[in-house]
Amino acid sequence: MNLLWMVGAPLLTGLAIVLAPARYARLIALGGAILQMALVMGLYFSFTHEREVGNVFPLLFEKQYQWFPSLGFSLHIGVDGIAVAMMMLTAFVVVAGVLVSWRMEHMKKEFFFFLTLLAFGAYGFFMSMDLMVMFFFLEVAVIPKYLFISIWGSGNKTYSANKLALMLMGGSALILVGILGLYFSLPPESRTFDMAKLAETGIGFEIQRWVFPLVFVGFGVFTALFPFHTWVPDGHSSAPTAGSMFLAGISMKLGGYGCLRAATYLMPEGAREYANIIIVLASIAIIYGAFATMMQKDLKYINAYSSISHCGFVLLGIGMLTKTAITGAVFQMVSHGLMTALFFAIIGMVYERTHTRLVEQMGGLLKVMPFIITAMFIAGFCSLGLPGLSGFVAEMTVFVGSWETQDVFHRTATVIGAMSIVVTAVYILRAVGQVAMGPLAASGEGVEDARWYERWSVIILIAGILAMGLAPFWLYELVSPGVDVIVNQLAGE
Amino acid sequence: MNTTNIILIPLLPLLSFILLGLGGKRLFGDKAGWIATVAMLISFILACGVAMNYFGDHSDDAYVSKIVFNFPWLHFGNGLQINMGALIDPITSLMLFVVTFISLMVHIFSLAYMKGEDRFHIYYAFLGLFTFSMLGLVISSNLFQIYIFWELVGVSSFLLIGFYYQKTTALAAAKKAFIVTRFADLGFLIGILVLSAQAHTLDFQQLMINLTSTEYASAAGAFMGISALSWGLALVFMGAAGKSAMFPLHIWLPDAMEGPTPVSALIHAATMVVAGVFLVARLYPLYSIADVGVQSLISSVGAFTAVFAAVIACTQTDIKRVLAYSTVSQIGFMMFSLGIMSEDHLGFTASMFHLFTHAIFKALLFLAAGVIIHYVHSNEMQDMGGLSKKMPVTHLVFLLACLAIAGIPPFAGFFSKEEILLNAWNNNRSIFFMALLTSGLTAFYMFRLYFSIFWNKPHHDHDHGHSKKEGSWFELVPLMILGVGTVLAGFVPFGEYVSADGKPHHVNMDLQFSLAPVGIALLGILLAAWMYFKESTKPEKTAAGFGVFYKAAKHKFYIDEIWLGFTKGVLFNLIGRPAAWFDKNVIDTLVKGTGSATQGAAEGIKGMQSGKVQQYGLYFLFGIIIIVSVFLFTQGGR
Amino acid sequence: MNVEPGLFHFLVIGAVLFFIGIYGFLTRRNLITMLMSVELILNSVNINFIAFNKYLWPGTLDGAFFTVFIIAIAAAEAAVAIAIIINLFRSHQSINVEVAEEMKY
Repeated sequence: MNLLWMVGAPLLTGLAIVLAPARYARLIALGGAILQMALVMGLYFSFTHEREVGNVFPLLFEKQYQWFPSLGFSLHIGVDGIAVAMMMLTAFVVVAGVLVSWRMEHMKKEFFFFLTLLAFGAYGFFMSMDLMVMFFFLEVAVIPKYLFISIWGSGNKTYSANKLALMLMGGSALILVGILGLYFSLPPESRTFDMAKLAETGIGFEIQRWVFPLVFVGFGVFTALFPFHTWVPDGHSSAPTAGSMFLAGISMKLGGYGCLRAATYLMPEGAREYANIIIVLASIAIIYGAFATMMQKDLKYINAYSSISHCGFVLLGIGMLTKTAITGAVFQMVSHGLMTALFFAIIGMVYERTHTRLVEQMGGLLKVMPFIITAMFIAGFCSLGLPGLSGFVAEMTVFVGSWETQDVFHRTATVIGAMSIVVTAVYILRAVGQVAMGPLAASGEGVEDARWYERWSVIILIAGILAMGLAPFWLYELVSPGVDVIVNQLAGE
Repeated sequence: MNTTNIILIPLLPLLSFILLGLGGKRLFGDKAGWIATVAMLISFILACGVAMNYFGDHSDDAYVSKIVFNFPWLHFGNGLQINMGALIDPITSLMLFVVTFISLMVHIFSLAYMKGEDRFHIYYAFLGLFTFSMLGLVISSNLFQIYIFWELVGVSSFLLIGFYYQKTTALAAAKKAFIVTRFADLGFLIGILVLSAQAHTLDFQQLMINLTSTEYASAAGAFMGISALSWGLALVFMGAAGKSAMFPLHIWLPDAMEGPTPVSALIHAATMVVAGVFLVARLYPLYSIADVGVQSLISSVGAFTAVFAAVIACTQTDIKRVLAYSTVSQIGFMMFSLGIMSEDHLGFTASMFHLFTHAIFKALLFLAAGVIIHYVHSNEMQDMGGLSKKMPVTHLVFLLACLAIAGIPPFAGFFSKEEILLNAWNNNRSIFFMALLTSGLTAFYMFRLYFSIFWNKPHHDHDHGHSKKEGSWFELVPLMILGVGTVLAGFVPFGEYVSADGKPHHVNMDLQFSLAPVGIALLGILLAAWMYFKESTKPEKTAAGFGVFYKAAKHKFYIDEIWLGFTKGVLFNLIGRPAAWFDKNVIDTLVKGTGSATQGAAEGIKGMQSGKVQQYGLYFLFGIIIIVSVFLFTQGGR
Repeated sequence: MNVEPGLFHFLVIGAVLFFIGIYGFLTRRNLITMLMSVELILNSVNINFIAFNKYLWPGTLDGAFFTVFIIAIAAAEAAVAIAIIINLFRSHQSINVEVAEEMKY
């Protein structure tokens, strides 16, 4: 299977949206999203097939195209299990996002175009094996977010859009400085942006020592690394529904994936050097994000702050440097992507009907919209780590992996992380309980339940959550060899 | 033993959950209850078959635990593997029987009791989910699997307590139950992590072997002077204490009575709340080699809870709350019995026996209470009285259950309680006397309840004209079946089947030993009769006599308020609010500060861009001069 | 006293001319005068080029070439500048440089 199809499909979809009349935009976008999903499924099956027939090479479907030979970077693409998992996540969220925005009227052509562009950036990012190309796709995925918020957003949207764009661009700048610094600190004959080659030749410790923090923090900004997380609440709350879904479901995962692939995998010694700092920051993010969530009143803020807490698990897993913990980090990325996209989709639906996002103005909505609120319960239970849903598998794997390192520091961090599950239960039940149960609030009178496109959007995401939560073994099989490569790199030398 | 049968036992309720949850009213309408009940009936028959098969197999001289099914569910990188399995041993067989039996009774009972409810099918779906989770819990083959189902029973309990979701009290109670048990589960989770790191496995059988072998024992990583094994077990006990409503984590159980009464019977009396006891029993071999501290933690927490809850039960007026505190107290019995280790492991057998009998008579009490509540439309004792003539069947079975829980021979509770007391007498006298006191209190408050409901003042029918029916046959038949069970359950030669080491355990009942407990129970009954048989002012006078103590007990010793103060004061105001404030005002200010600093700097220097050509010329000139002079000073020194 | 003019004298003239030009450019408000000042500056450079060429590297013509280039550029520049000035006058009715200050922040 040629991986270029995975970036080609969204690109062609985007082109078709631009060329076709505006009233077909959503149809084309949906068709494109379904096509992408089919392609990703095809990718998954051919990937597992290759593995079954005994292809143990870490990267599959590898291709290398010349792009800018004079500058030393080429379109080097290939996927391992982690990338396939992330691309599946992307496909799920894209379909759900398009469906949720079915009734988008304002500048719909542009809206769906940028939605598709974001998907293009995400797919490209996950499959690229060249630092510069990876950076290119990362930037492609940033720009639409700014436009989503500033054009289709709500509330204090200019402020939020600026804040998000500037902070993410700041992160990008750190990444760029990092990879350029890496490139030029190498001896001229071995200068390359190719990750496979870099990993093979290795990078000197003195270089890793200063490049690793740049790259890690740069990607960390994307995945809400404490204290660079403040774009998360503002950005998510101002974005339109599909924008929030993409932002939390895909965009924050770009950061986590980058931390893993570009920082930890390439610079294992740097990772070991700074692991303790990462753990401290991640633990702070987990518990502090959870407590900050407890005080929020706006549903979108609640989910945004809880995203900080949940993404803390991704960073905690990476910082722990054990195989289980890193697997857990990958699980958490997939799980959080699905769960938070579902949550934002539901918040959007509830908001559209009740015209409020404040928890205290809602109540008893289970009576008037059973489908949406049931889905909200599922999202909430996933968030607080109920077994059978994806969040549990991910968090448990992180915990077990974190506990492996036998010293007081790592174990304290694990206990702090575990404490957050109680706080999560508190804020989720407070919010969901208030919205769903109790006497029916005035805002909920005379509203309708989900329409067909909303139903399908929710069902697709719940299917993903259940598939991961009930049968985590297939995801483990998929991800495990990829994680092994990273762990070997960490253990090497 | 047929593996498929064992797998089907939990899967049938799950199937009914999925069918009813997805198909809902549209597909099944009023038939929803029947579908669930039939599934439950098959499940029950299968469970009986499995239990009979297991106990009937006398090929070895001891019952061994067998893993009949094992499916790798999740690997962890370090070789730790989580299986979904089914482990059959005496206590599993026992619990399979108890859970399916009580659940079946409740299913049948609810057919009439919940009839006409708007969310009738959802109710049965949730019952199915709960039964599935509980059965999954009892057949779990490893600690992690128990944790999974542990959480699932927690959430089904949440859903069922909050079944009347439009009541704010139900919402509050559901949240409280979930969060309190979740807090306890934090301990359980960390306990699992500790044990898994120590033993490198979580499968029960392997866990026992690994942790009892000297190789691992010597490698035990002690922390704060306590061995890792003890830490792990103590933390696991924290989870067990939360689920089983041990002091001080008991606060959720009385509030959980907001749920429909059959749910209280199933979840909050007979099955889920004993999950903690089951967990400790499951890990009994480990607890028996753990530090004495852990064992005495279990026994003292259990004993204290027993007395404490019994005292509160004497003062409550809501009949479901009295039963709830009585449940807490009885589970305290089971718990301390497990904690008192002895050479012959009588405590284990006694505890399981009590679990078995208690499930039957407590479910009976709750279901009977449900019938009564439907009859008088109130939970409060003062709205009842004189019902003995109106509700003959309920009256009879309620009396049987009260006699059973009070420990009057030959009813079920007598035998099991006697074993518990015997074990305490042999090994821990102070706990024995606490338990004896509790027995007296139990008899008192149960008969206070009995006399207040069925005798006391004559009953005034609120709606005159037509005489109300006691209840439909769907309600009364389960009551009768459970009533028969209450009478007969004590005669089961329990020790033959269930014991710590699988070998038959012969308990010698000493008639003289029974004199004290039975005597004190009769004393309690007489006292209750004296105070409550006829309407009088004696209760008020007695209450006044106890003064502050009565008031404190009536307010449940203010434990709820303490917890509320803790969550509101510490979690919300002391941590949550500052965290939110810090985020908004410190971190975000720093971020915004970066922005406004950039902007300020730009404002400051933008004046240079004046648009005046000659000014630019001047800058240009100075620039040149500076560059040239720098050049001259650095390079011109040649 | 008859002093043979040397490099030094030419450079002095060039420098004087340059600073007169600078002074004129920075102080005059009339755009035509400023343009003339710019011409002075260019011409001071020309003098320097010629002088260096003659006294230091007499065998070459590089300096002269540059001078010719600069004269050509100065002519072109004058043409452009005058065109700008005329347009400015049309729009602002003035050729005072202080009037034209729209191009700021």
